[in-house]
Amino acid sequence: MSNIRDAFRNGKAFIPFITCGDPDLETTAKAVRAAAENGADLIELGIPFSDPTAEGPVIQGANIRALAGGITTDKIFDFVAELRRDVKIPLVFMTYANVVFSYDSERFMARCCETGVGGIILPDLPFEEKEEFSAVAKQYGVDLISLIAPTSENRIAMIAKEAEGFIYIVSSLGVTGTRTEITTNIGDIVKVIRENTDVPCAVGFGISKPEQAQKMAALSDGAIVGSAIIKLLEKYGKDAPPYIGEYVKSMKDAVMSAE
Amino acid sequence: MSQSKGRFGVHGGQYIPETLMNAVIELEKAYEHYKNDPEFNRELKDLLNNYAGRPSLLYYAEKMTKDLGGAKIYLKREDLNHTGSHKINNVLGQALLAKKMGKTRLIAETGAGQHGVATATAAALMGMECVVFMGKEDTERQALNVYRMRLLGAEVIPVTSGTATLKDAVSEAMREWTSRIDDTHYCLGSVMGPHPFPTIVRDFQAVISKESREQILEAEGRLPDAVIACVGGGSNAIGSFYNFIPDESVRLIGCEAAGRGIDTFETAATVNTGRIGIFHGMKSYFCQDEYGQIAPVYSISAGLDYPGVGPEHAHLHDIGRAEYVPITDDEAVNAFEYLSRTEGIIPAIESAHAVAYAMKLAPTMDKDKIIIITVSGRGDKDCAAIARYRGEDIHE
Repeated sequence: MSNIRDAFRNGKAFIPFITCGDPDLETTAKAVRAAAENGADLIELGIPFSDPTAEGPVIQGANIRALAGGITTDKIFDFVAELRRDVKIPLVFMTYANVVFSYDSERFMARCCETGVGGIILPDLPFEEKEEFSAVAKQYGVDLISLIAPTSENRIAMIAKEAEGFIYIVSSLGVTGTRTEITTNIGDIVKVIRENTDVPCAVGFGISKPEQAQKMAALSDGAIVGSAIIKLLEKYGKDAPPYIGEYVKSMKDAVMSAE
Repeated sequence: MSQSKGRFGVHGGQYIPETLMNAVIELEKAYEHYKNDPEFNRELKDLLNNYAGRPSLLYYAEKMTKDLGGAKIYLKREDLNHTGSHKINNVLGQALLAKKMGKTRLIAETGAGQHGVATATAAALMGMECVVFMGKEDTERQALNVYRMRLLGAEVIPVTSGTATLKDAVSEAMREWTSRIDDTHYCLGSVMGPHPFPTIVRDFQAVISKESREQILEAEGRLPDAVIACVGGGSNAIGSFYNFIPDESVRLIGCEAAGRGIDTFETAATVNTGRIGIFHGMKSYFCQDEYGQIAPVYSISAGLDYPGVGPEHAHLHDIGRAEYVPITDDEAVNAFEYLSRTEGIIPAIESAHAVAYAMKLAPTMDKDKIIIITVSGRGDKDCAAIARYRGEDIHE
């Protein structure tokens, strides 16, 4: 079992997502430290993929910029090892099945274990396909994070029963990206999750503002934000880390104030 | 326990976002029901025969046979179908299925535009809304098909992400489907993507070999020695092969787009140059780098310009039941011109890849041998691009 549960021990969790290598790894390192110092409880590190089918235009852009800069899975593992000298909060990877598969899934999990990456989120690996990686992930103590969507309905219990680390609740239909409104009844989804597991759950997709994060954290155990942070990197480039720190602080304050 | 569905050997599966899982499960249930429903099958047969013009001809290409001096060559004329390609076989099936499921909107990806045109056609016929995603680069090299789709009432969305070709059109159609599922069916155009698509599309395209097997037995009293078809995702090829798979004496040959050659990066020959991977909902062979990043592929043919191949083809390759050979742009263009001059049949540049291999194979075979080539589509759409390839600029 990983250290992911620790992320949910300081009240409601705030979980930022950062694409590794956008615009370069030096900036990613600063962004991760800024997020950690300002209250991030867990950080999702994106390993870029050429064709990220679950992402909207903002995170697609981050993937393209990072790959154009020559980022590779090997460079990311070396980078995380370096980062781990002072960054102690739980980390998970978010990437696509082919990135893990082509690296050799056992080698991938072994390096996650070495570098202290406690889980992986693969948006193109549904419950039915998790055996692709589950045995090796278990062997190296890496949690395969399950996703639950607004369309999951009769599948929620089945997914929750076998969930590890935390459950990622996809707030809305469609791809990643900021939204003005979240219309899914998150409370109903969380109710079914709670009936089936004590694994914590956090809501992501579409959250950008403190009020939204507070609302989603009130309904669950935390809020996940990706595109809004990537937009800061898109806007400020190498100068983005202090803005990310400030943003993370405002979001952590918001989730902490959630009842 | 989880259980993976839709496997062809190690290939296939359902590697898609959770958001789409109930949609593909619903589709699978509906298909399992309707495929055995006599009324559904009667309606589909009526559409195929009285609207699309099936059965398609199996034509003895006598001049080509004599000219090449070897095996007897038959052409399975999918180019004569309504909308000009084999794509209509699958689309009529899926559109009818979608309608039975209560869907009112079809979305599709298209490369050369043939699948988009077929989907727009079925949507017009059945009174459904239609949105087609097409790589921006392809909207330029296949401008005529863009016009046809719009004429048929479809909305065409040029895709600018990634390489702006077929793979990006598939990605964008998948993204669109995750945002609107209730009223929308994703009418996937090839034997690819997550289960149940590779099976559904194969079953609807299997009409090609069901007919050609009967037709060749009628004409020659025996089975062919080889069946040749072009392979992008692989829908016309699997349709051409399917009913011959149990006939071990029949060689099944898929022709991949080698672009400028399989020893260059400008190729789309997936089985010949790719590795096993997971993308677009399936495990199969893909052109990719050592870290699993999908490669930007290239072919003169927008319809074969795809970095993957359907999982059933990957399996037929693994077990040695089918062969997959690379054909370059040059060879395909020569075959495009050759079939036009020799038989008065202008094939799609995709189909010309199959013709090109037959031109190499036939002379090496005895005169009592038989080859069937699937002419998957007609070549009118390609004339401007081929003229450009030959250095001539024509205005449509």
